Amino acid sequence: MKNSVQNLQLPESIPVSLNVNGQQHNLSLQPWVSLLDTLREHLHLTGTKKGCDHGQCGACTVLVDGKRINSCLTMAVMKEGSEIVTIEGIAHGDTLHPLQQAFIEHDAFQCGYCTPGQICSAIGLMNEGKANTLDDVKELMSGNICRCGAYTHINEAIMQVKEQEAEAAILLKNTEASGLHEVSERDETSVPGAPAREAELVTEAEGGASHE
Amino acid sequence: MNSFSYIRAADPAEAVSQLAQQSNGKFVAGGTNLFDLMKENIEQPPYVIDINRLDLARIEPLPQGGLRLGALVTNADTAWNELVEQNYPLLSKAILAGASPQLRNMATNGGNPLQRTRCYYFYDHATPCNKREPGTGCSALNGFNRIHAILGTSEHCIATHPSDMCVALRALGARVNIKGVNGERTIDFADLHRLPGDAPHLDNNLEHGDLITSIDLPEKQFKTNVAYLKLRDRQSYAFALVSVAVALEMNGDQILEARVALGGVAHKPWRDEAAEEQLKGQPATADHFKAFADTVLSGAIGYGHNTFKIELAKRAIVRALTTAAAQSVEEPSSQPLV
Amino acid sequence: MNTKYTGQSASRVDGPLKVTGKAKYAAEFAADGLLYGYVLNSNIASGEILSIDTTAAMGIKGVISVFTHENVEDLTWFNIKYKDMDSTAGTPFRPLGSNKILFSMQPIGLVVAESFEIARLAASLIEISYKEYPHVTNLQGELDHSKEAPMGKIGYVQPKSRGNAEKAYRKAEYKIQGEYVHAAEHHNPLEMLATTAIWEEEGKITLYDKTQGVSNVQMYISNVFGLKMENVRVVSPFVGGAFGIGLRPKYNVFLATLASLELRRNIRLVLTRQQMFSFGHRPGSVQRIAMSADLNGKLTSIQHAAFGETSTYEDYTEIVANWSGTMYNCENVKLKYELVKLNVATPTDMRAPGAVTSAHAFESAIDEMAYAIKMDPLEFRRINYAEEDQVEKKPYSSKELRACYDQGAAKFGWENRPLEPQSMREGNQLVGWGMANGAWDALMMPAKAQAILSADGKLILSSGTSDIGTGTYTIMTQIGAETLGLGLDDVTFQLGDTHMPMAPLEGGSWTAASVGSAVKAVCEEVKTKLFEMASKLKDTPFKRAKIKDFAVDHGHISLLSNPSARLSIVDVMRLSGVNSILETAMSGPDPKAKKTHSFNSHAAVFAEVKVDADLGTVVVTRVVCAVAAGKILNPKTAGSQILGSVVWGISKALEEESVLDNEFGRFMNHSLAEYHVAVNKDINEIDVIFVEEHDDLVNPLGIKGVGEIGIVAVAPAIANAVFHATGVRVRNLPITMDKVLQIAEEDKNQEEVPLLK
Repeated sequence: MKNSVQNLQLPESIPVSLNVNGQQHNLSLQPWVSLLDTLREHLHLTGTKKGCDHGQCGACTVLVDGKRINSCLTMAVMKEGSEIVTIEGIAHGDTLHPLQQAFIEHDAFQCGYCTPGQICSAIGLMNEGKANTLDDVKELMSGNICRCGAYTHINEAIMQVKEQEAEAAILLKNTEASGLHEVSERDETSVPGAPAREAELVTEAEGGASHE
Repeated sequence: MNSFSYIRAADPAEAVSQLAQQSNGKFVAGGTNLFDLMKENIEQPPYVIDINRLDLARIEPLPQGGLRLGALVTNADTAWNELVEQNYPLLSKAILAGASPQLRNMATNGGNPLQRTRCYYFYDHATPCNKREPGTGCSALNGFNRIHAILGTSEHCIATHPSDMCVALRALGARVNIKGVNGERTIDFADLHRLPGDAPHLDNNLEHGDLITSIDLPEKQFKTNVAYLKLRDRQSYAFALVSVAVALEMNGDQILEARVALGGVAHKPWRDEAAEEQLKGQPATADHFKAFADTVLSGAIGYGHNTFKIELAKRAIVRALTTAAAQSVEEPSSQPLV
Repeated sequence: MNTKYTGQSASRVDGPLKVTGKAKYAAEFAADGLLYGYVLNSNIASGEILSIDTTAAMGIKGVISVFTHENVEDLTWFNIKYKDMDSTAGTPFRPLGSNKILFSMQPIGLVVAESFEIARLAASLIEISYKEYPHVTNLQGELDHSKEAPMGKIGYVQPKSRGNAEKAYRKAEYKIQGEYVHAAEHHNPLEMLATTAIWEEEGKITLYDKTQGVSNVQMYISNVFGLKMENVRVVSPFVGGAFGIGLRPKYNVFLATLASLELRRNIRLVLTRQQMFSFGHRPGSVQRIAMSADLNGKLTSIQHAAFGETSTYEDYTEIVANWSGTMYNCENVKLKYELVKLNVATPTDMRAPGAVTSAHAFESAIDEMAYAIKMDPLEFRRINYAEEDQVEKKPYSSKELRACYDQGAAKFGWENRPLEPQSMREGNQLVGWGMANGAWDALMMPAKAQAILSADGKLILSSGTSDIGTGTYTIMTQIGAETLGLGLDDVTFQLGDTHMPMAPLEGGSWTAASVGSAVKAVCEEVKTKLFEMASKLKDTPFKRAKIKDFAVDHGHISLLSNPSARLSIVDVMRLSGVNSILETAMSGPDPKAKKTHSFNSHAAVFAEVKVDADLGTVVVTRVVCAVAAGKILNPKTAGSQILGSVVWGISKALEEESVLDNEFGRFMNHSLAEYHVAVNKDINEIDVIFVEEHDDLVNPLGIKGVGEIGIVAVAPAIANAVFHATGVRVRNLPITMDKVLQIAEEDKNQEEVPLLK
């Protein structure tokens, strides 16, 4: 596994501007720093997990421009200008995202390590709009390994939120048809697709300057 | 991972000339395999040229018929593109059988064909590998070769090409548009990948500096009688042990044209056009399918742990053909298990 | 209307932290001037390092140091100092202890640099030359060199034979025999092993470590590095899965500590997924079973010889064949368990160690035996039901396995099962139903807990245990709230810190019983304090009341004889002038109970598979797992434990296999792409049933633990279902399509035992 000597020069840092959870971060990063390590080690947003670092487990799933990706297999410098949403940007202040709430209700996790990736992935799945049945959900959530084996509960949580959304959509449609618009502000957090919003911003202080 | 310089290319011409200047540089699009390999020091490009800003992310109908898939369209966007779903459902099925939703959101049409083998030995510097380090030997030949090739192998390499998408592209007869140092050219998808021979370090026939700009799907669409059957060691998110892409043109029960490509069995998506002739004009029966499968696998060689693939591939071909002929209606099998 | 929580479902109290990404795992603690480590592992399985050249690595800007066996000094001379609470017989592995290579992927160097990326690059530049020795890694090829398993690992007992099994077997008319094999498996929790080491001052360190036992790590590190116990603080509030891999301290915490102490810096070391294959695993096994029965279905003999792998330097033992002596009524039993030494890392406990290995073989054999006399496999098990522990000749404290049979079979619809294999079919799919049962120890260890009740009525409980996803935080909160009559929101349970009272390793399914009993005990003491205080209050109905006269609920104290006489706990403390109550308590198993009774949890598993008749693909479409594990503290979290165990069992039966290339002596599929664990799509309907099981003897809480019992019988239930679907007995896990089709080159099913006479 020898690297040739020509590589001994370290890569030059490049200014990178990342929009994470609605907050602009102006960083100077070497191009070999993955988006995952940037989130965890540079921005102290440790909610995004490293489970394999090779795109084989899904723990590092984040939303980039509304789409779910493995943050371990992309370099941060490549995401200049993109809107990135991590698990820390999903809740609306103290109000949990419906999926977060459903995960708790259905006990859709045990150790919790895959959970942020599962939730981000589920939001991505709902944004895609391709999962119509439980079987679809199972296939389209198979990029997120849960070693504790909470799959059936994960699926129950997702199906519940999908149904809630479908009901909400019907309600909204009926309301619009009847000319009433006062529910237009209904549960913003459940609207799929909005990759960034004015969420509770997690800043450097969250990661803490000390280990306590 | 080695230290590398990151260059963001603005247009295809610039990308090609930038890469041409750097003998060991690499383009990066999705990065799903390149960074995976770089983390293991398998790939060590001193220059990584980011082509994601190139204007190659569209899917558009071709004037003479057919569909052009931009190289930077993601696998997910391709699989779920309305025109692809309607007219080339085989491609949608194959793409969706591969990787995970997250990876398909990253991986691109230009990058997918260029992913490298998943051979354990290729990935592990502790073992010899002719693909990784030419001349060191093939560890898989006498090693644990469950996932390895049975067709078109050489004594130097028995690695497989891991893509699902490419199996469908091979069956559909796609063409690859390439921009190179000496201009643009188009090659048959069949000629993109190569067999290992005595140079297994070369996966394909691209020249250094070549950039896949798009992949063209032919006018001929195969809208109905198609099947993609993928056999693997778990139900999803695993590479194929054997996969079969089938596209049939039928007239009632009669086969007018058959396209059958195999994945997971060779260094490239495998197709036997001569054998396909065998099916032309024949009724879609299990006997014809079995005879065809026997022909396709007649030159197969097992290396121990992967010998089962010969029989498995035959069964998979029969099943996929049966499914495609029946327009996805599964029929009870007549064949006993043991 | 009472504050009763145990036995009731409650959502995880740590749920909000986990779904928001705020739960912090070992590699997620920030620190000033943090350095990063990257481990270098050996390419060979046996030999020695001749030279190790770190010049190029050290030449990189940002590299602080490279640790190898050449520059690690001043550590203890004594091997015994490297022992830990889950050690086995033998000599523990000493990371960077010498130039000897004992197994492939052995850690041989640590690079410490200013960034993870620099450390990773530098590690790849280290030049090593080896002298290779021959190695042996093929378990099946080495059975002739097996040896008796020595004592040494806590809990290990050698299997006991009885009667004359060989004679009974010879004389029997109906008999079966078979050889069962499964490959090594790696735990692969989703969080990789990691340590963040904080250098506090000379000789003092804080370690955020991924572990199932902070005390074990503390003891190990202080012994190895010669630090005072109180100067080693180990913290582990959240663990991203472990399944046994966090029981023994691993080289990550050793190396991080080494570098931190040496460099006087804070260091983070996260292993790679590949490196998660560089230490203990569930040992591969070969098991030979012969069995006979009479035509009435009575077992007349059992012979079970189990061979497990171990390393060259330690003897890892499991309880494997022993289970075959206890599960059923049988007079003639011959059991053997032997080890084969291989050039691999010492195996380590993995979810239901031993029991799951044993059940795969033994419960498959039971199915084969039932088929040999053409009897329904469940009926066969009922006939041979063991009312008491057949080895110890002691009654069980409780054993509701029959209820598991009844309720599991009813839920599954077992009564509609045709006996003949290959008798159910849906299109291309052959449908099969199989079942198996299993047992696990209901253990209890000494544990301590602390309680602080503040003047505002809030209770903080703590114990140095861990929650690896098992629900410890939640059930301890429930126990505390119930014992003191508080709301769940009023109680906080803290764990995973050596500053807290000591708890046993989090394993063996004993945490709920052990720590739970300590928590209950300490809360009882607080309660007594409160009652004493109340009885001294003037002008209240409580005056001079006796302890036994009191009750608590909803944050209030009342008199049993006069429930309307109530005073809030806050008021009791205020009126007594007490700001807080601090108590510590310890609990442990009752040594007398063990003399008179045996303690086991039990489960019966029913599985449905669909097997493609042409392609051999197996899908587990339905599982019912009926469990008898005493009182269930929290059906919601306990149900998840069983659910997860079933998923593990499916994964084990169909997918998991660490492939050793014997040429290189190396696990080759060291990634999550090629080491397959179950994904979402693999998992279908799973029903968990907890049958009623009342047990006053097992421990004060009447609970048996649920972390392991769920997995034990899953793989054989699936293997038996595959047989029922296809008529093919796959005795070699995992059950892959090539084995089902009997076209696998390495298929060991060629010597077919006649099954259906």
